[in-house]
Amino acid sequence: MSAVADPKAPRASRPGPSRRTTRGNFELYGWVFMRASGVVLVVLIFGHLFVNLMVGDGISAIDFGFVAGKWASPFWQVWDLLMLWLAMLHGTNGVRTIINDYAERDTTRMVLKVALYVATVLVVTLGTLVIFTFDPCPPNSPASLLPSFCTA
Amino acid sequence: MTATLDAPAPEAGAVPSFQVTLKIRRFLPSDDAIPTFGEPFEAEPRWDEFTVDVHGTDRVLDALHKIKWEQDGSLTFRRSCAHGICGSDAMRINGRNRLACKTLLKDLDPSKPIVVEPIKGLPVVKDLVVDMEPFFASYREIMPFLITTGTEPTKERLQSPKQRERFDDTTKCILCAACTSSCPVFWTDGQYFGPAAIVNAHRFIFDSRDEGGTQRLEILNDKEGVWRCRTTFNCTEACPRGIEVTKAIQEVKRAMITRAF
Repeated sequence: MSAVADPKAPRASRPGPSRRTTRGNFELYGWVFMRASGVVLVVLIFGHLFVNLMVGDGISAIDFGFVAGKWASPFWQVWDLLMLWLAMLHGTNGVRTIINDYAERDTTRMVLKVALYVATVLVVTLGTLVIFTFDPCPPNSPASLLPSFCTA
Repeated sequence: MTATLDAPAPEAGAVPSFQVTLKIRRFLPSDDAIPTFGEPFEAEPRWDEFTVDVHGTDRVLDALHKIKWEQDGSLTFRRSCAHGICGSDAMRINGRNRLACKTLLKDLDPSKPIVVEPIKGLPVVKDLVVDMEPFFASYREIMPFLITTGTEPTKERLQSPKQRERFDDTTKCILCAACTSSCPVFWTDGQYFGPAAIVNAHRFIFDSRDEGGTQRLEILNDKEGVWRCRTTFNCTEACPRGIEVTKAIQEVKRAMITRAF
């Protein structure tokens, strides 16, 4: 499959606005990312659910302390960070696709996509910040708001 | 089937005949010139019902002929060979894209009116005739012809039966647009290349004699190319030639991915 220079395709003008050629591998990488992240997310999410809800005391063990305990270990920090980023990008790309498929007017499409990207950036930034800076016992907080083990 | 035979004892081997009603979507464009000011007059589509006597061997196309020849000469539709090979008479029959010349009336439950509409997603010119130009524009864009380099051989370009088998399925396309106009992505946004263009690109991309595969993959790697396919299989179901259209699209995707990585 070698390239041939300008094979002179017979072309007629398209009625209406013609399709802008938008070649590039963005959609290809997007498509592959959806498949790859989907597979990884299945493992991450079911692992997360199993560890949080079934191991040990199960669901009753979840509190501030449980989360703080998990995030004290770099393993769970990486796990949750990966889960956050992959889920957010996977979901955002899915919704982006849906907007492209269903929003017919250019302005509608634009507004929806801007809202989507702003929401994504916000959630990903906040989530990342929380994973790395989570402190179950912030200093100078009233004791009534803190979990019991902080004062212990 | 509501058989209405007059004779109490039909001849052996006689073809049963019955009545069938066709509910056809009509559209008559305005004869008025487009006004200089204001909106052009938009004609409203309407539904017409026709009842005809048909035989058990008749197809939807025969019923349409009967209507046009005996009841309403203004009924407009395309047909050429009338034997499922020219691809002129693709239409939406009872909500499914089919060729009118390949659909037997007796297979369609003639007890209810048979709904006949033009294929969706393309501008209607009149009645069942649509403007196929956007469809063919996409087809032309993928360069549906043999591209080679070097000196032309003095005899045939040889190919093994196995190499021919690789793209056999997609050689069957008759460009009837049943697949493209059944695709929901094409309905909302006519910019998508559509299944038919991809099928015809597949026919050359996987042809061992062709050397333009890279360019065709490049063309279909467009934002409006194969990546807009949502694998809903509407195209595969609609194809009157039984081409596995969705599979062909996925094979083109795979060729792009193996090329990129």
